[in-house]
Amino acid sequence: MDQLLQFVFSGLTVGAVYALVALGFTLIYNASDVINFAQGEFVMLGGMVTVFAVAAGMPLPLAALVAIAVAVATGLALHRLAIEPARGASAVTLIIVTIGASILIRGLAQMVFDRQFHALPAFTGEEPIRVLGASILPQSLWVLGGAAAIVLALWLFMERTLLGKAVRATAANRLAARLVGIDTTLVLALAFGISGAIGAIAGILITPITLTSFAVGTLLALKGFAAAMLGGMGNPVGAVVGGLALGLLESLAAGFISSTYKDAVAFLVILGVLFVLPQGLFGRRAVERV
Amino acid sequence: MLRVEGLRSGYGRIEAVKGVDLEVAAGEIVALVGANGAGKTTLLRAISGVQPITAGRIVFDGASIEALLPHARVARGIAQVPEGRQVFAPLTVEDNLRLGAFRRGRAETETTLAEVYALFPVLAEKRALPAGGLSGGQQQMLSVGRAMMARPRLLLLDEPSMGLAPLLVDQILEAVVRLRAQGLTVLLVEQNASAALAIADRGYVLETGRIAHAGAGRALLDDPRVREAYLGI
Ligand SMILES: Nc1ncnc2c1ncn2[C@@H]1O[C@H](COP(=O)(O)OP(=O)(O)O)[C@@H](O)[C@H]1O
Ligand SMILES: [Mg+2]
Repeated sequence: MDQLLQFVFSGLTVGAVYALVALGFTLIYNASDVINFAQGEFVMLGGMVTVFAVAAGMPLPLAALVAIAVAVATGLALHRLAIEPARGASAVTLIIVTIGASILIRGLAQMVFDRQFHALPAFTGEEPIRVLGASILPQSLWVLGGAAAIVLALWLFMERTLLGKAVRATAANRLAARLVGIDTTLVLALAFGISGAIGAIAGILITPITLTSFAVGTLLALKGFAAAMLGGMGNPVGAVVGGLALGLLESLAAGFISSTYKDAVAFLVILGVLFVLPQGLFGRRAVERV
Repeated sequence: MLRVEGLRSGYGRIEAVKGVDLEVAAGEIVALVGANGAGKTTLLRAISGVQPITAGRIVFDGASIEALLPHARVARGIAQVPEGRQVFAPLTVEDNLRLGAFRRGRAETETTLAEVYALFPVLAEKRALPAGGLSGGQQQMLSVGRAMMARPRLLLLDEPSMGLAPLLVDQILEAVVRLRAQGLTVLLVEQNASAALAIADRGYVLETGRIAHAGAGRALLDDPRVREAYLGI
């Protein structure tokens, strides 16, 4: 029982990160039908830039802000330099463009930073908190709380602001959005920028627990993609639930079966969704096209 | 107000609009009729800037606008009620309307919203419901209302009667006439040619991407060639 709870805690913690990556996928997919496989690189940049900024003497909060800014700038540049020029290309072409971009970003990170693993100090100490016989790291609470805050902020933006509604309108019907005067190119740039920020925050929050390196983005993108597929691509609630569920599945598989199979869970989920549940748990976004 | 000259547009190698000249003067209702596939929708989309053109000019208020992006054309005063309504289905009726005013100021939005609700009271009743749940006729009213929210000077309507019961068609067309009386200029595309020509000052008949006939609405309605080909009488 205690052990199960322990697996649940660690599962939810990584699951929160997958959920944030999946939200990034969702945002961009809804604004454009592009599946952005460079999404994991935003997480990598969040962790790595913070690590190196702290090493250069910056206080952690400032270093984190710099890292977020770098990831946002990377997201905007990706949109401006790679996605926008390929506008009108097929979805498959655009996916390949994002894969190429992720390889490029990883290569640059390897040159600018290094090939080592790096850690950050936990934000508020390493002393585990005992809960019902299991223990939870304070940093896990930061991850869960941070993810919850991001989800809430994003929800408020989407539901309560005219710009957020314009993003939803673009997702619902791009032609009509353009006809009412929404600049859909700007909306897509915004989606890339926000995805960059969300990914970076996820990377900063999780690095004290899981370590980071220039190469962590690939697997994270894959797992975020699996989470988004599980929840139903394009569905933000599905992204969050799918991320948490994938984290739990992984943690339970690692705990009760073997940690060697942990990363296989994401692949199994992708295959399972494709064969059994093509709409995901919550259904894909209904695509309205003309 | 609007002058289209030698406009050409298409999809890949298929040319759907093959050199169209057309003019709409301020305060007019101009009908553009023609069979299914004649190129009416392509032409309207080209005017709004959501369909690329391969040749020709689009002049609005004396200035060429063919290089402007769609949102800039909305800001100049051109709004469109697209074919098939195209409401933002998951968003509420009121959000749909507010998004119609995306390029306008906030204070102005409230006044226009009240006007649209006065024109279509049923929308006020359903303001908090998702637009996707409305009936076809209500969605059409919403689509017209959403275009009105931009406070356009030129309104492009693409088959507003499509799929609606005759009573609703009359209601929508009455709204169009009323809007014109308030100073709006209208370019009305219809397959339902008799209804459109009956309320139009002038009309054009589009045939496989070219203007085949043009003239006063009444005259076209009485033209035996047009009657035979498009009105089935
Ligand atoms: N998205 C599209 N791709 C390819 N061809 C199209 C597309 N939309 C319309 N067409 C073709 O362009 C021509 C004009 O279509 P359209 O402008 O929709 O006519 P209308 O509105 O008068 O019915 C038709 O031959 C139609 O098949
Ligand atoms: Mg049409």
